[in-house]
Parts: sequence; structure tokens; C-alpha cells
Amino acid sequence: MDQKPQAVAEDPAKLAEFQARIDRGESIEPKDWMPERYRRQLTRMMSQHAHSEVVGMLPEGNWITRAPSLRRKMSLIAKVQDEAGHGLYIYCGAETLGVDRADLIDQLLDGRAKYSSIFNYPTLSWADMGVIGWLVDGAAIVNQTVLAKASYGPYARAMIRICKEENFHKRQGYEIVATLANGTPAQKAMVQDAVNRWWWPSLMMFGPSDTDSPNSAELLRWKVKHKTNDELRQRFVNLTVPQAAAVDLTLPDPDLRYDEATKNWEFGAIDWAEFHEVIRGNGPCNRERLEARRAAHENGRWVRDAAAAYAAKHGAASATNAA
Amino acid sequence: MTNDRPPSTDTQGPLWEVFTQEEQGAPHRHAGSVHAADAEQALQNARDVYARRGEAISLWVVPADAIVASTPGDAGPFFDPGNDKAYRHPQFYKVPRGVRGL
Ligand SMILES: [Fe+2]
Ligand SMILES: [Fe+2]
Repeated sequence: MDQKPQAVAEDPAKLAEFQARIDRGESIEPKDWMPERYRRQLTRMMSQHAHSEVVGMLPEGNWITRAPSLRRKMSLIAKVQDEAGHGLYIYCGAETLGVDRADLIDQLLDGRAKYSSIFNYPTLSWADMGVIGWLVDGAAIVNQTVLAKASYGPYARAMIRICKEENFHKRQGYEIVATLANGTPAQKAMVQDAVNRWWWPSLMMFGPSDTDSPNSAELLRWKVKHKTNDELRQRFVNLTVPQAAAVDLTLPDPDLRYDEATKNWEFGAIDWAEFHEVIRGNGPCNRERLEARRAAHENGRWVRDAAAAYAAKHGAASATNAA
Repeated sequence: MTNDRPPSTDTQGPLWEVFTQEEQGAPHRHAGSVHAADAEQALQNARDVYARRGEAISLWVVPADAIVASTPGDAGPFFDPGNDKAYRHPQFYKVPRGVRGL
């Protein structure tokens, strides 16, 4: 069977009825008819999103043993655990499209699948835990709040669940940032350094500019997306600039200025060459992340095997008892 | 999906659908699914995935392939018997003006 992406000839009447359902604001459910391309696009988006949640545990998981207090450690463990949950919610949604989670995970582990480029940057100091919660989860919230209205029901429902949990992630991050920003000069310098390193990668999280985003028009027409990458990026910048000012931190962009006419914070040019390099696998931590993920998967194999063996034995025993 | 190799053998167990009851007296509602080797593990996984913040006071897990569902394609004729019976609704019946408590 040839499964390479290719144009499938769809029944024009069905296609029109599908678009009409979307235009009426109806949600598409797993057993409903959908164009093959819609199924593929959603499978791609949802699996990449799920992978991002899972890989996203790694940069922060690094710091659990080094958290500066028990309170911070408990919060960080809970946050990382949530990200595992987010991955599972979205894998569960993706499986309703007819794919197997084990295959999706295989694609992640052998490097065929993509995940958010942000997680290929290193976490160099404790301040990074604060800045990730504030900026990275903050950017994810902007994205996910809109995805909670996506036309595919299982994706939208997973997003609603996730959005409820993300606010804790952002606030615990901002609390760390505010504490360090009000701390000693060394602490303040540490958090400013983290902001300087994470700001631009956070802006890249919204994906390529609208002028360079081949999938956008289709995803907007299908109401998988409701806003373009650039619109969401602008919303994030507008939200974040005052939050930085409130704790007396600067954002590393000399071109940042408020435009009275548009009410937007205009920002400087994004280094798209860097973005594409990281996507291509040449970010600072791509290799390390995948190796850590593979090791975690392999180290967990005995647990899955033991559970399967127990289930087989237990199932056989109860079948004998019943007989 | 682009996939030239055989499907994974590391299946992580069969799929279970998860239903949560959010509070006393509320119905169980579909929350999502988990993979698990058996029912006991499915319950534990469901708790860890869908009830980390007291979202549930009761959980059901059901083997996904045990669920029988109506098909969207037949939804029209299938639900038709219930759609054309206005006389099953109280608004169908006329009540003389001024009569209360009906
Ligand atoms: Fe998340
Ligand atoms: Fe998060």
C-alpha cells in the first residue's frame, strides 16, 4: 500500500457538504466522513503536538533534582507530570484518526517525527525554569486557547483540558521570574540572561511567518486554526511586554516599540535561518533530547513487559477459575 | 502516515475508554482513553491521566473494542423515530387560558 502523501480524488459533493459543516461551526467527530487530507493534516499536527509535550518534559526534568526548595521541586514535578498528561491526551485524540500510538512513538524515537523546536535549546540555569513557564508555556497557552475551538472534536476537547492546566504552569514560572528579578544582583542577572536566551525561540514557537506558511490557508479554511501564526505571535508579544516591564526585565529586541495606531508592540526581525536549522535537527540539543527520550522508552520496556505478562497470567487464571 | 516499516510490536497494551464522574449525582462522562495491559492498570493509568486535580470521584474504564456505537452515516434514519413525534413534548398540548401548574 502506497501511503506517501498524495492528492486523493475526493467526491466533490461530499467535500462540499464537509466544508458546509465546517462553515456552520459543527465539530467533526472520529466516525464522520472527512477528506483524506484533513485526516492527514490533523494526524500530522496532533502527533507533532503530542511529541512536543513529551519532549518538553526533558529540559525541565533536568532541573527537578536541583530545585532550590521543596516547594519549587513539588511544583516542577507536578508541571512535568502535567506535560506527560498533555502528551497522552493528544495521542489519545490522534488515535481516533486511525493511527496507533505505538507507531507515532516509533516515529518520534527514530527521528522521523517533528516536535516543537523550542525544546532543542538547553536549560542552563534555574532561572530557565521560571522563564520557560512564563514564556514557553505562555506562548503555548496563546496557541492552545485558539486550538480549543478547532473543528476536530477530539483535538478541541484535549485542548480544553490542557488549557485548564496551563495557567498553573505559566504562573509558577512567572513567580520564579519575579522572585529572581527582585533578588540579589546575581539573581537578577541570571533571570535576565535566561530571558535573553528564550525570547526569540519563544517567538519562533508560533511557526513560520504567514508569508512562508504553506499549510495555513487550508487549516484556516477547515477551522483547525482560527488565527494565523503572525496574529498569535503578535498577541503573545502584546501580552508579554507589560509582564516583563512589571518585574523590571528587558526583552532583547532594540526594535521593540509600541504603535499607537495599531495598539501593537512592534518587534524586530526573527532569525528564520536559525528556526529552520533547529527544525532540520541542528539545534543545540536535538540529538541529546532524542537520546534521552529513547533511553527513557527503553528503560521503561521491562515495566510494559511485566504488565503484559501479569495480565496474561491473571487473565489465564481467571479463565480457569471461571471454567 | 509515511511508514515503510512493519508496525510496532511494542503495543503498550490495548486501548481503554475512560469515563469520569465529576461529582456526586453527576453522570459518568467520556474523558478520553488510555493504554493498559489489564483493567487494574487501566484504572490506575486513567487516574493518573484524567484525575490529577480531583476532577473525578469515580472512574469507569471500558475496553475500547467493547463499545458499540451508532454510525454517523445512518444518523438520519436511525434517530428519525424520535425526531417526528412532537406529541412527546409538553408544548404539543393546548391548555385553556388561565390554568396554572400544568
Ligand atoms: Fe503542555
Ligand atoms: Fe505546560
